[in-house]
Amino acid sequence: MPTAFFAVFWHNVFPYFQGLESPLTTHIFLKVENLAFERNDTVLFQPIDFELNAGVALQLEGVNGSGKTTLFQLMTGIFQPSSGQISYCGQSIDNCRYEYLYDVLYIGHQSAVKAALTVEENLRWMSPENTSYEKISAALDAVGLGEYQKIRCANLSAGQKRRVALARLMTSQATLWFLDEPLTSLDKQGVEMVEQCMSQHLKQGGAIVFSSHQDLAQVKTRSYGLEPYVEVA
Amino acid sequence: MANYLSGGFRSYLYRDLLLAVRDRSDLSKPLMFFLLVAIMVPLAIAPEASKLATIAPGLIWILALLATLLSIERLFSEDYADGSLEQLLINPNMLIMPILGKVTAHWLVIGLPLTILSPVIAIWFSLPTAAMIPMILSLALGTAVLSLIGAVGAALTLPRQGGVLLALLVMPLYMPVLIFGSATIQSAVDGLNWLSPLAMLAALLAVAIVLCPLAISAGLRIAKNG
Repeated sequence: MPTAFFAVFWHNVFPYFQGLESPLTTHIFLKVENLAFERNDTVLFQPIDFELNAGVALQLEGVNGSGKTTLFQLMTGIFQPSSGQISYCGQSIDNCRYEYLYDVLYIGHQSAVKAALTVEENLRWMSPENTSYEKISAALDAVGLGEYQKIRCANLSAGQKRRVALARLMTSQATLWFLDEPLTSLDKQGVEMVEQCMSQHLKQGGAIVFSSHQDLAQVKTRSYGLEPYVEVA
Repeated sequence: MANYLSGGFRSYLYRDLLLAVRDRSDLSKPLMFFLLVAIMVPLAIAPEASKLATIAPGLIWILALLATLLSIERLFSEDYADGSLEQLLINPNMLIMPILGKVTAHWLVIGLPLTILSPVIAIWFSLPTAAMIPMILSLALGTAVLSLIGAVGAALTLPRQGGVLLALLVMPLYMPVLIFGSATIQSAVDGLNWLSPLAMLAALLAVAIVLCPLAISAGLRIAKNG
C-alpha cells in the first residue's frame, strides 16, 4: 500500500511540481478513430484506428493503391473524411486547425520542388518564414547538397531533388512529421541520413507517421497495415 | 499566431516572380500576342488614322483581356502538378495572403507590362494624346481585376488546365471590366469626363480584392478534394 501510494505520488503528483507532464496522463498527440474515406462511391480502406504518442514512429504499410497517400491527405486536412475523426491533443483537428497545422510537417509524394528555382531558394520558401541563412545552408550541408546551393533543381537527379525536399526536416519546427515515401530514389547514405534525422526527432519528443516499403534499420517503428475495404454482410 | 493573417504574402509573391523571370517564355507569350495582334490590325483593316482611332479603345481592351486570359490558366496548374498546392493548402495561416501574393505576382508579370506597352500601341493606332493617361490608368486598374477574376476561374477548373471551360466561366465576369475600361478611353477621346468610368473600375478592383481570394481559396480546396 505505501509503495503504491508512493508510486502514484512519484508518477502523477511530483511531476506537476516540476512542470513536467505525468507519464500516466501523457497526452496522445494524434488519435485517429474509425476513419473512413469514400471517393467516387468506392470505399478506400477498412476504417482506421490508431494513436500516436511522443517519441513514436508509425510505419504505414499496404499494397500500392491501398490509400496511404490519401490517409496522409486526410490527416493534413486536405481531404475531409467521410466518417470518423482525427484528434490532436484531445481536440478534433477541425477545432484547432491553426495549432495543429502549425505543428505538422508534411512531405508528400510529390515533393513540391520547383525545377526553375535553385536548391537554396527551394528550401527557403518551403521553410518557416524567417529561417536564417545559416540554418538553411547547414541543412543543405547535412543532406549533402552544400555545394549545389546555387544550382537549379532542373539540373539535379531525382534522388538529389528528394534530398532538397528532405532538407526541410532540418529547418522545420514541427513536432508531427508526416512523410509519404521519404526513401524513394534515395541512395544508401541518403536512407541512413533520413533515419538519423528521424531518430533524432523522436528523441526530442517528436512523432512521425511515414509510409515506406522498406524497413528502417536504425529507427524503432510500430507498423500499421492498411487493409482493403471489405463489406460486412 | 502573429502572422495568421499576413503570413505567406511576401514569400509567394517573391517565389512566383522568380519563377516568371526564370521561365521567360511564359512571360513573353501573352505580351507577344498583345503586340502581334496590335501590329496586324492596321494592316488587315485600313491604315487610316481616323478609322483606327475609332476602334482603338475597344481593341486595346479586348487584347488586354485575351492576353490575361491566356496566361491565367497556368496560375495554379503547375503548383497542382508538383505538389506545392498541397503545401499551400496545409499552410496554417489563412489562404488569402499567399493567394493574393500569387495574383499580385501575375499582375506584375502580365498586367503591368501590358500597361507599360500600351502607349506604343496607342501611338500605332493614332489614339489622341489626351486619351493616353486615362488609358494607362484604366489598364493598370483593370488588368488587376482581370487577374483576380481569372484566378477564380483557374482555381475552379483546376484538375484540368482551364481551356475552353475557363474562358466560358470567366468571360461573363470580365464584361463589366471591358465595358468600363473601354468607356474610360472612349470618354477621354470624346472629351467627356473619364473619371467616372475609371472610378467604377477602381470600385470593381476594391470589391474583387476582398471577394476573389475567398472564392479562390474555396475553389482550391474543392479542386484538391476531387
